[in-house]
Amino acid sequence: MNAVLAVARRILAPLVIVLALLGLWELAARWELLSNALDIEPFLVPAPSEVAEALWSDRSLLAENAWVTLREILAGLALAVALGAGFALALHRFEPLRRAVYPLLVASQTIPVIAIAPILVVWLGYGIGPKLAIIALVCFFPVTVNMLDGLRSVNRDQVRMMRTLDASRSQILRRVEVPAALPFLLSGVKVAAVISVIGAVFGEWAGADSGLGHLILISQGQLQTARVFAAVAVLSAIALILFASLVVVERRYAWWGSR
Amino acid sequence: MQPTREAPVVEPRHVEGAVRGDRLPGRAAVEARELSHRFGELRVLDRLELELATGEVLGIVGPSGCGKSTLLELIAGLARASSGRIRVDHALEPEARLGLCAYMPQRDLLLPWLSAIDNAALAPRNRGASRAAARAEASPLFERFGLAGFEASRAAELSGGMRQRVAFLRTLLAGKPVLLLDEPFASLDAITRAEMQEWLADALAVERRSVVLVSHDIEEALYLADRVLILSRRPARILAELHSPSPRRRPRAEAVTSAAFTAARERALAVLAEDR
Repeated sequence: MNAVLAVARRILAPLVIVLALLGLWELAARWELLSNALDIEPFLVPAPSEVAEALWSDRSLLAENAWVTLREILAGLALAVALGAGFALALHRFEPLRRAVYPLLVASQTIPVIAIAPILVVWLGYGIGPKLAIIALVCFFPVTVNMLDGLRSVNRDQVRMMRTLDASRSQILRRVEVPAALPFLLSGVKVAAVISVIGAVFGEWAGADSGLGHLILISQGQLQTARVFAAVAVLSAIALILFASLVVVERRYAWWGSR
Repeated sequence: MQPTREAPVVEPRHVEGAVRGDRLPGRAAVEARELSHRFGELRVLDRLELELATGEVLGIVGPSGCGKSTLLELIAGLARASSGRIRVDHALEPEARLGLCAYMPQRDLLLPWLSAIDNAALAPRNRGASRAAARAEASPLFERFGLAGFEASRAAELSGGMRQRVAFLRTLLAGKPVLLLDEPFASLDAITRAEMQEWLADALAVERRSVVLVSHDIEEALYLADRVLILSRRPARILAELHSPSPRRRPRAEAVTSAAFTAARERALAVLAEDR
């Protein structure tokens, strides 16, 4: 009972804020305040109720495209985590490599993904390839940097203690360094999960025949703004659910990080 | 009633041969000769000479920051001394010494992601034992040393004293002939600390090992060790050597209040005060 109350108390404040904002938006749209102020046609500013209506009436269309985008996100994220964590381990293991490659890693983050997305489509085609590449590209950095920080945060005394307990280099890695880095890795993956959704949209904008990003682009062309907002709402929901699942994973498998 | 033998203060030059061979037979388990160490410009150890007989407990006390921990790390082979020679059993090289010394650091350093028993059983695991086999090896020690029932507890769920006990079992299970204990109870409150000293006294009676015990607490060193070396401020050299009047005798409260013990403690304090 107390737990339920605690949860209720925690979500009450954000819930009130969201409902108030939606209410304000609803009124502004209904009274055409926004469209007047922006000097545009009222139908271009859908009220939340209209977005909700679009969510319902377009549910199969949205679900179909959400499934495409979700697959891209999950595969891209998995790719980024595997590559990023592996890369971080390699950089951690070979200090000269870390010094040589780290600046390059930071530089890679300055690449404007929107700009190179069309090139990736030219190279990799219209399939899932360029989407994976783009998602992995934007997610690689937070994953790698957090994992590296985690590996470097390891208590040196614990490593020395392990050495006196006959641990080999790989045993120290497996039993001390990787577990110690796991909470850091998960922090990185949480950030990556949220931006992977943005990456998926960029990827689909650069060239796709399905997915929520593609749907947004098409609906915009058709001036179906309610559907655009509906697709955006689904994307946000995907990001939120991903984030929440990772918080659960963190509490279950890397609880020592939060203490 | 109390042993009235005076605890002799021995000058550094007299260290050799000071080990009482009648009680502690066998050749020296650990020996350091002309041992000096520096970190860059900072001189930490100054031509230390020490000898530890097999099965002996040697206490080392000195002011904080005098290089006591460094001395243990050098003996353990975790670092290479600037000059001088260290021998543990037959091993002279740091890597070889590492295989003969178990080092218990000041903080328990239990791994939070492992249960108490898996923490204690790290050394068998590292030597290739399966998890079940390593636990089976650690399990009787949990029974024997008052930790039964806490095998599955996480480190964070244990009290400070229990964490230190698990850390000590972890050191024991390394199966090394030489134990290097670096202020094992420094982080504990006074009462727990006294309890842990008795506990360690009992543990050492059961598991006889050659031990170097570093402490900043003269009483702790005099109670637990057979012999105590007093180090000077940095760069550390040996100021004096004392023989403990009644090492590890139970009950502790009686042992540390005996006239001989008090006299030894006052001598040690006087030696340390002179160094200021």
